[in-house]
Amino acid sequence: MKFYFKMLNVLVIAAFSLTLVACNGGNSKGGALKNSAAEKVFVAPGKYDAYYAFISGGFSGQLSVYGLPSGRLFKVIPVFSVDAEKAWGFNEETKPMLQTSHGFIPWDDSHHPDISQTNGELDGRWVFINANNTPRIARISLETFETEEIIEIPNSAGNHSSSFVTENTEYVVAGTRFGVPIPQRDMSIKDYKGNFKAALSFIKVDPKTGHMNLDFQVLMPGFDYDLSHPGRGKSHGWFFFSTYNTEEAHTLLEVNASQNDKDYIAAVNWKKALEFIKQGKYQTMPARYAHNVYSDENHTATSTMEKSVRVLDASKLPGLVYFMPTPKSPHGCDVDPTGEYIVGSGKLAAALTVHSFSKMLKAIENKEFDGEAYGIPILKFESTLAGTVEQPGLGPLHTEFDGKGYAYTTFFISSEVVKWKLGTWEVVDRKPTYYSVGHLMIPGGNSRKPFGKYLVAMNKITKDRYLPTGPEVCQSAQLYDISGDKMEMLLDFPTVGEPHYAAGIPAEIVKKHSKKFFKLEENKHPYATKSEDAGKVVRKGNEVHIYMTMIRSHFSPDNIEGIKVGDKVYFHVTNLEQDYDVPHGIAMIGARTSELLIMPGQTETFVWEPKQVGVWPFYCTDFCSALHQEMQGYVRVSPRNSNVKLSWSLDGE
Amino acid sequence: MKKSKILMMAGSLLLLSLFALPLWNITLEAPQYPDPLGLNIHIDGLQDGNNENDVRNIDLLNHYIGMEHLPKDLPEYHLFPIIVAVMAILGLIIGFTGKPKLYLTWVIVMAILGIAGIYDFYLWLYHYGHNLNPNAILKFVDKNGNPMAYQPPIFGSKQLLNFRVHSFPASGAYVMFLGILMTIWAFITGKKES
Repeated sequence: MKFYFKMLNVLVIAAFSLTLVACNGGNSKGGALKNSAAEKVFVAPGKYDAYYAFISGGFSGQLSVYGLPSGRLFKVIPVFSVDAEKAWGFNEETKPMLQTSHGFIPWDDSHHPDISQTNGELDGRWVFINANNTPRIARISLETFETEEIIEIPNSAGNHSSSFVTENTEYVVAGTRFGVPIPQRDMSIKDYKGNFKAALSFIKVDPKTGHMNLDFQVLMPGFDYDLSHPGRGKSHGWFFFSTYNTEEAHTLLEVNASQNDKDYIAAVNWKKALEFIKQGKYQTMPARYAHNVYSDENHTATSTMEKSVRVLDASKLPGLVYFMPTPKSPHGCDVDPTGEYIVGSGKLAAALTVHSFSKMLKAIENKEFDGEAYGIPILKFESTLAGTVEQPGLGPLHTEFDGKGYAYTTFFISSEVVKWKLGTWEVVDRKPTYYSVGHLMIPGGNSRKPFGKYLVAMNKITKDRYLPTGPEVCQSAQLYDISGDKMEMLLDFPTVGEPHYAAGIPAEIVKKHSKKFFKLEENKHPYATKSEDAGKVVRKGNEVHIYMTMIRSHFSPDNIEGIKVGDKVYFHVTNLEQDYDVPHGIAMIGARTSELLIMPGQTETFVWEPKQVGVWPFYCTDFCSALHQEMQGYVRVSPRNSNVKLSWSLDGE
Repeated sequence: MKKSKILMMAGSLLLLSLFALPLWNITLEAPQYPDPLGLNIHIDGLQDGNNENDVRNIDLLNHYIGMEHLPKDLPEYHLFPIIVAVMAILGLIIGFTGKPKLYLTWVIVMAILGIAGIYDFYLWLYHYGHNLNPNAILKFVDKNGNPMAYQPPIFGSKQLLNFRVHSFPASGAYVMFLGILMTIWAFITGKKES
């Protein structure tokens, strides 16, 4: 009962402060304010934005690249969902990227991008992002802005507390939202409690190539692991996960997983885990998970099925994991730039709980425990508590930091961003969002060195904010200037899919490494054609391989005869251009696949299985040059039993 | 050693820089080429001027107007290095003799060779600018109805279709000029010294 009174109180305060804000916005200052906001986000034509923002696509499965402060969209990088525009998952080269232990999957739900770090600072080499539905982690190169690697996570379901990197990108970490039987087996759902388990996965990242490898998993009780963040600085070597459903409910979680007054933040000592691994205290479990790698050398992906994983059982290995009680189903679990504070956002609580890392260490040393859960010690709430931000708003979700001693937390229910001070825990400012904000992002706000100039809030609901587009309307992001004492909203822009989370970085760190084109002489694709003279058509039974080139403004060969109904025709097309921004495309009438969009120096392949006799054209789909409309060709398809000889030509030669 | 001798020898040795540095540069600017295309003319061939693959990409554009491929091999590419090497050695020997008259002769020979070289350059520019494929994709005519020529200037800037073409001496030429100036100076000081 007391709790409800408190909630009511907060609601009244929140409503009151919203009114205040509305009044401020409504007076004559509004015009001048708007002008200065416009100037702050204006990036003149031909000028560059100061920051890249990598915003997750949520149920689009992709990762979008925006500029800040302008909010301009540059690119949507296909990751977990097929993309016909870029032939991702359609061409023969990228189909292996979407292979899983369940077969080829054309879609997923991408959530939390994180940029690689060195010494706790953003290094701008890779972005990692998780697939929530069929658990996977992807690595995207910031040289090519393309997905280079996807690794599936076994023993996981609802890969949500992912994909966050440690201070030197030693590991990218993935936690599971759903408890599941491990290993999977046929059993009654009613037997969830005590029998379902969860796995926290530590994926090792090769410091040179970025290649990922599932090093080990920590087997945990079957709670729901919601979000996570690495320790940094003094807490480097630890990883923190928020949990909910410590009730271990398996039905109507909305109610049944909201009963405990406190859930936990799990503190995992991964350096300790490495010691246990060294001592051989792991179990090698059979598992099946796909590991897909794309190479820029042969422009082709390969998919390998891995067969086992090393597992450390947290219940049996003292010192590996501790639980810090945190009120009411915490969502965000965020570590400040110094590594001292761990902020738990109890999404049903009326206060923010901040734990202290040094107090946690002391509590562990003094064994200040309050029981245990499945053999894992529960630390006393008061022993790790650094402070509480009282009545900051309703429904806290996620916190980031500006590096100047302030934290910024989103409040889903009261639709606002709240700025508060680390150490004193006092609220210093609040600004509304439109509406129902999920995560927020400050470039570098999840590292030792935040760039505390801008804050992006990502909203779940837009209702009346933009021109209506039928029942389905866009989701959005809002940009705030946080360089002053008070936050100022500058910009409101629509996003691709649902923006769950984002990662931002100064453009300077990334843009100089961006690749302009692939060198033709370095192309190791087995079907590459490096000059027009080398073009050919080869028949192997009913398989026909066309070695084709494209350059402004023709294909070579562009006339092909001798194809028959029932053939499986592979178009292996190489773009011979060696200049910046001269892609060519190709599409074949009736081919049951997407176009190819081929960058200079690259080779891609599509398959066409002609079903009808005739002469069928193909053409360039990317307006490449003044003679783009002339960039076309024909394939003659003869009956299955015809004697037409295989021949090909360009300009009759 | 006399000052004039040193100047004469050093000046003629500077000619050797042409084995590394470009003699001339032609740059093509257009709106869709924020990094302009560039062609560096060396004594022994053509090289990319501003970006990787410039020669290749200039050729690619030239095919629209029916221009021949830029020459990968020319007699000049073999002849010029020999001339430059011989002149540098001659200059060195003449420097040793310390005879100002010979210095002057060297300068005059150098000037004649230079003018001949520029004339040769002009002939090639004319050749490429006018010898166009009759089946060219783009065929423009001037005000009088004559086929448009695409001859870059020998020195200066000129608009050719969407490109602003700049043709100027490059670093190698400047070093060579400096060398020649030094030999002229050698001649003057040499006369004073004697």
